[in-house]
Amino acid sequence: MSVALENKIGTAWKRNPLIASSILRWMTSAIIVVYVFLAIFGTKSISSSLVGLGLVEEGFRFGTFGSVDKFFSGIDVNWSRIQRGLARGQEFVGGFLNPDFTSRWDHIVQGMYESVVMTIASTVVGIAVSIPIALGAARNIAPLPVYLACRFIITVSRALNELIVAIILVAILGFGPLAGFLTLSFATIGFLAKLLAEEIEDMNKSQAEAVQATGATWLQRINFGVQPQVMPRLIGLSMYRLDINFRESAVLGLVGAGGIGATLNTAFDRYEFGTVAAILLIIISTVMVLEYLSGFIRTRIK
Amino acid sequence: MPQVEKNGLKVWQVRDRNETLTRWGMWFALVLAFVWSWDAISDNTLWALMGNVGEVTLDIAGRAVPPRWSYMEKLWKPIWDTLNIATLGTVISLFLAVPIAFLAASNTTPSKYFVRPVALLIIVSSRSVNSLIWALLFVSIVGPGVFAGLLAISIRSIGFCAKLLYEAIEEIDEKQVEAITATGAKRWQIMVYGIVPQIMPAFAGIAVFRWDINIRESTVLGLVGAGGIGLQLKGSLDTIAWPQVSLILLVILAAVILSEWVSAKVRGAII
Repeated sequence: MSVALENKIGTAWKRNPLIASSILRWMTSAIIVVYVFLAIFGTKSISSSLVGLGLVEEGFRFGTFGSVDKFFSGIDVNWSRIQRGLARGQEFVGGFLNPDFTSRWDHIVQGMYESVVMTIASTVVGIAVSIPIALGAARNIAPLPVYLACRFIITVSRALNELIVAIILVAILGFGPLAGFLTLSFATIGFLAKLLAEEIEDMNKSQAEAVQATGATWLQRINFGVQPQVMPRLIGLSMYRLDINFRESAVLGLVGAGGIGATLNTAFDRYEFGTVAAILLIIISTVMVLEYLSGFIRTRIK
Repeated sequence: MPQVEKNGLKVWQVRDRNETLTRWGMWFALVLAFVWSWDAISDNTLWALMGNVGEVTLDIAGRAVPPRWSYMEKLWKPIWDTLNIATLGTVISLFLAVPIAFLAASNTTPSKYFVRPVALLIIVSSRSVNSLIWALLFVSIVGPGVFAGLLAISIRSIGFCAKLLYEAIEEIDEKQVEAITATGAKRWQIMVYGIVPQIMPAFAGIAVFRWDINIRESTVLGLVGAGGIGLQLKGSLDTIAWPQVSLILLVILAAVILSEWVSAKVRGAII
């Protein structure tokens, strides 16, 4: 469009860019492009193309750093392996169309039983332990040292992945559902205590004060001033955590901590995709039932 | 108000009789379920071996400290791989999640009865299966390595991102969409100028949030052979090299805390 015409009709409206400063915008884009290139292709692709162009010799070194190839590795995609594997992918899809519940039924039942048992026990214990920790981690009712200690427990529990905790506990306690139970209880603390503590911090102060004004003890104040306010949220969170614990219990078996995951892992190792599909279908349907149930209970409480 | 008579005096009670009984019944059922569960766990545990748990713990801790710092130079590549799995996985999943979210949101879906249920089914099945199980599947299809982990993280994140995104789309202000429609805009123009600006903050928040989760998850994907630092962890565990294990755990802890800090900062800047 010519300048004269543009002056006549005025410049067209343009959307505001996401990043206002143009230098910052271009630099961000450049960094993203370089990163994605390095992440996908790696430095090896650069050195091999330089070799291909005849600019440098095979196996050249970058000063004292050594071979360039190992700076950043890209994603190695082994296409011939994938071609062979696609047949397995088809088998897997076929397994879903024709799940095999019967041939490993005993193992599936045993695994599910362990998973359910671990879920229930760990949720109960986890909640029982998180309530005092949540009380300690709420700044409006706990003194500073208690607050810091409880927040530390929560942070540790949230930072450690369930699987890593499970590995350590399996190393200490040996294989079996006890390690899984302890892992899930520990993970529940980080989740439930944090959210419950935030709920307690957000509560209405005047109710607790009113109870205190009647001359109530600390325990009575918590029981009649705080607890009724956070109870709906606590029940909702507990139901949600039950749901999460079941999902997690399905993978803890991969590292030997009991549950349906062990059965699933064995089925994958044997390439028995019919059984894999059967187990996955059972897990998915249980998760959906639990999710529906917890949603139902949560809406009824509100 | 529930009251009871005690020696001719009316005493206030928290609950009336029926409610007390129901609550008592629920507690009883809970305790029963717990006792049954604990019994089952206890049956499957060799308590005879638990006598020296304290010694075993101290022994392992003694072997794990101090961490073998020199092993660090072999960890840079797995750390880079882990970062790539999480970041590229998040990017790929977002590309796939955006169209699914638009198909699943009840105010943008082309067909409520045919397309929406399919989109919701994709979301549910992606979410219900843990990323480790996805990783197991992709390891058996594409072979062990970073690519399997990348696929697992991407597929697993679709459900999460699409679910949060379609909820954001359903909550948009319809007036802005109407205003754009009134100008005679085409369908895609309504999306780009009416809907997208409204969900952009939610989109950025979801992306960073999921990236944070993906960093955590990609650290353990290696346990099933899907690349990243978990592979080194599994190798060290299998060879009972506790000083290496403790170093890897420290690295993972640092990565998790760092990613949480980054995501909190970025989300704070957006919102």
